[in-house]
Amino acid sequence: MFKKYRNLWIALGVLILLCPLGLLATGTAFGEWGMDELSERVGYIPAGVQQFAEVWSYALLPDYSIPGLADTFFHAAGGYIFSALLGTGLVAGIMILLGRRVKE
Amino acid sequence: MHIPDGYLSPQTAIPMIAVMVPVMGVAVKQVEKTVRKKEVPLLACAAAFSFIIMMFNLPLPGGSSAHAVGAVLMAILLGPWAACLGVSVALIIQALLFGDGGILAIGANCFNIAFLMPVAGYAVYRLIKGNADLLSFRGMTAAAVAAYIGLNVAALATAVMFGSQYHLFQAADGTPLYFMYPLKVTLAVMMSEHLLLAGPAEAIITVLGVWFVGRNYPELLERPGQVIPAVREVNGHV
Repeated sequence: MFKKYRNLWIALGVLILLCPLGLLATGTAFGEWGMDELSERVGYIPAGVQQFAEVWSYALLPDYSIPGLADTFFHAAGGYIFSALLGTGLVAGIMILLGRRVKE
Repeated sequence: MHIPDGYLSPQTAIPMIAVMVPVMGVAVKQVEKTVRKKEVPLLACAAAFSFIIMMFNLPLPGGSSAHAVGAVLMAILLGPWAACLGVSVALIIQALLFGDGGILAIGANCFNIAFLMPVAGYAVYRLIKGNADLLSFRGMTAAAVAAYIGLNVAALATAVMFGSQYHLFQAADGTPLYFMYPLKVTLAVMMSEHLLLAGPAEAIITVLGVWFVGRNYPELLERPGQVIPAVREVNGHV
């Protein structure tokens, strides 16, 4: 699994280390604005948005950051790398578990 | 492209979840049938790649950002159903743990990004590639065009979901209840961003991904129906 396909996992590891590059684009994608940004953009929060925006408030690492960490690029980069490690690990783990159903 | 909660009406979001449940069931069954044991590491790695490539935000003029997805790459390497399953898992983890994309909106996001994108991309890929080798110029061109179109199909569907809310759901006083820009705005913004920047980025990472797997593990590219005798030659050149 890991030894035979070492280069695949190394490539993934390199991407995890490089991922803070993604933080350099600080703008929010179209349609993904948080409530603060939204009221700045359009001046109000639509009633339905208000009602459903916060249905899920259990994200442990919101926006791929560790809550409470200082607001510097290096802290953000650390939180981003940690999030990437955890996220890729979980995704790969789930796929390996699903892969056990593969027959041949 | 990850729709957050609140921007889609429940009347839109809930049916999309209802659509995606059986689709995921089919995806699991198809993966069981078509993916081979030796490909499971690639299945895991390609899904994890999709997760991480979505963290590489690209800056856009006007203070926005976009990113590639990796769904067409996964479809080329392992088939569209494996891509559907893998990218869905990535999207679900992103929503639950990182608040990226909504929970109510998870069906809509999986439909656009994990279903439409790899299926459309894979169809284009097969159409252009024909009987050519994957690592030939034609095969790589097919991969690039497929990635570009696949991502833009997903962006188009997302823009339609966003914009339709404005026209369909308004409060008694005429203000929008959910997404607050009309279709002409969502289409203009989403499509220009993805046609001009994210689409080419998707094409580049897809070609690089196919090249990387083909160079290191040519045996993983030999899917039934796409045997590639050219692998040895290509390896000899690089």
